[in-house]
Amino acid sequence: MGVIRRAGMFVLQVNPILCDGFGHCAELAPELVHLDEWGYPIISSEPVPMADIGSYESARYAERGCPRQALHVAKVNNPAPITNVTMRPPTPVSRGRRRL
Amino acid sequence: MIEPHVLPRLFAGATNRPLSLADHEEVFRPADNVTNLLDELSASGLLGRGGAGFPTSRKVELLRNQRGHKYVVVNGMEGEPAAHKDFRLLSTNPHLVLDGAEMLASMIGASRIAVCVARDNPTVVHHVEQAIHERARRNLRGPGIDLHTPPWRYVAGEESALVHWLDDNESLPQYRPGRPHILRIGRGPVLVDNAETCANVGLIGRYGAQWFRTLGTNDHPGSVVVSVTGAITRPSVLEVNLGTPIRAILASAGADTSPQAVLLGGYGGAWLRGDQLDTPYSNDSLSPLSLSVGAGIIAVLPRQACGIAEAHRVVRWMAHESARQCGPCAFGLPALAEDLLTVVRGGRDGVAAVARLRERCGVIEGRGACRHPDGVVRFVRSSVDVFAADIDNHLRGAPCAGARSQQRFLTVPSLEHEEDLIWE
Repeated sequence: MGVIRRAGMFVLQVNPILCDGFGHCAELAPELVHLDEWGYPIISSEPVPMADIGSYESARYAERGCPRQALHVAKVNNPAPITNVTMRPPTPVSRGRRRL
Repeated sequence: MIEPHVLPRLFAGATNRPLSLADHEEVFRPADNVTNLLDELSASGLLGRGGAGFPTSRKVELLRNQRGHKYVVVNGMEGEPAAHKDFRLLSTNPHLVLDGAEMLASMIGASRIAVCVARDNPTVVHHVEQAIHERARRNLRGPGIDLHTPPWRYVAGEESALVHWLDDNESLPQYRPGRPHILRIGRGPVLVDNAETCANVGLIGRYGAQWFRTLGTNDHPGSVVVSVTGAITRPSVLEVNLGTPIRAILASAGADTSPQAVLLGGYGGAWLRGDQLDTPYSNDSLSPLSLSVGAGIIAVLPRQACGIAEAHRVVRWMAHESARQCGPCAFGLPALAEDLLTVVRGGRDGVAAVARLRERCGVIEGRGACRHPDGVVRFVRSSVDVFAADIDNHLRGAPCAGARSQQRFLTVPSLEHEEDLIWE
């Protein structure tokens, strides 16, 4: 329950010490994460607008799905004014339970 | 009182024995013109001497606004195998460092000071122990000073690893998302400063900012302790005025003054080509060349040496010194070392290896918890750029004479007892 806040930006952050390279994040959030040759995630540090719901949901899935609990969706406090956002609908692919 | 414009400052009155407290007070007699320590520190523009070159006053102001049981940590670990400056400073003028630490403690309101010296140097540990003991007999007020002796490793001198050791007896770097991040022992905020920075604070607290700024450049004031190693008969530590041309520093250290290249800032630093040696040695002149003074290391590579073979040795050792906490560092650095070895061997595989090196550098950069992998990436990138001609020769199957002769110049600790080394 609650208000869905779509203002602001988020970044998916990984704690490299906890991360053991299971690679679940790359499957759960393919638009945000790709893997290097050793299987560790490469995540862009560019903030993503919260309005991009598909990405945000994937980020939350990746956060929850990490076996080492190494991922964290961080809200960016002072977002730059959003000018040109390409809105994407939530990806229709079934991923099991949809509740976050 | 030490006159302005005069060197040595930090090594004033130095002999081959540590200065006793009485002698120290005689040499560094206070000038009594300092009223507000914090104002003097920010006016002095002192940059940290541990490698990052962060303004010390900003750090102090950050810690001042914190609450809790605060600590000051003096970092005398000397992680770089090419450096000797902290050890030299602590075994000649230990009281100057401790004075500076006490001033920092009074500025932020800390109740304890922890001096950290690697246990692999029993002489230095002994000297610092003596100095602390001498002080304890003299004054009963003020913050208590403890000596801590973590085992020596490259990353054990990194500030978060050091605080982790003090907090939990593990010399491993910590994950710090979002900077500035305040390190803590238990719940108490910690101010970590290099031993040389503390010694400079000790001088500023005595003689003031104006006195301090009589040496050095406008943006990087003061004097710096430089360790010169490599192609030199005897590795030496000397205190120089910031802004001195690098060639002059090499000449006064007695090193080769027309080398192939010099490595600045330690094994996480970058190379300066031999034809640019007249650059002044200070951050404001070096930063356009994407170099920095770093921890004050100048490693001299003579003309007869093979830069790529030396780079391989250094990177192999740095890969071994990784704490193996983060994947990109634990797997990436050995991969870089292997690529460099392929380049050294030359031949057809080498061409692919050079391309792979550049690509892997981009992949590894910025993905560790500490800056260790970033330093190695900087070193590899600058080696590939500076020794481009060398690499071409190797790839054409005509390695330079330096690669064929087995003579090596950079000091790298041996890796023979690899499996004996364990993380405490």
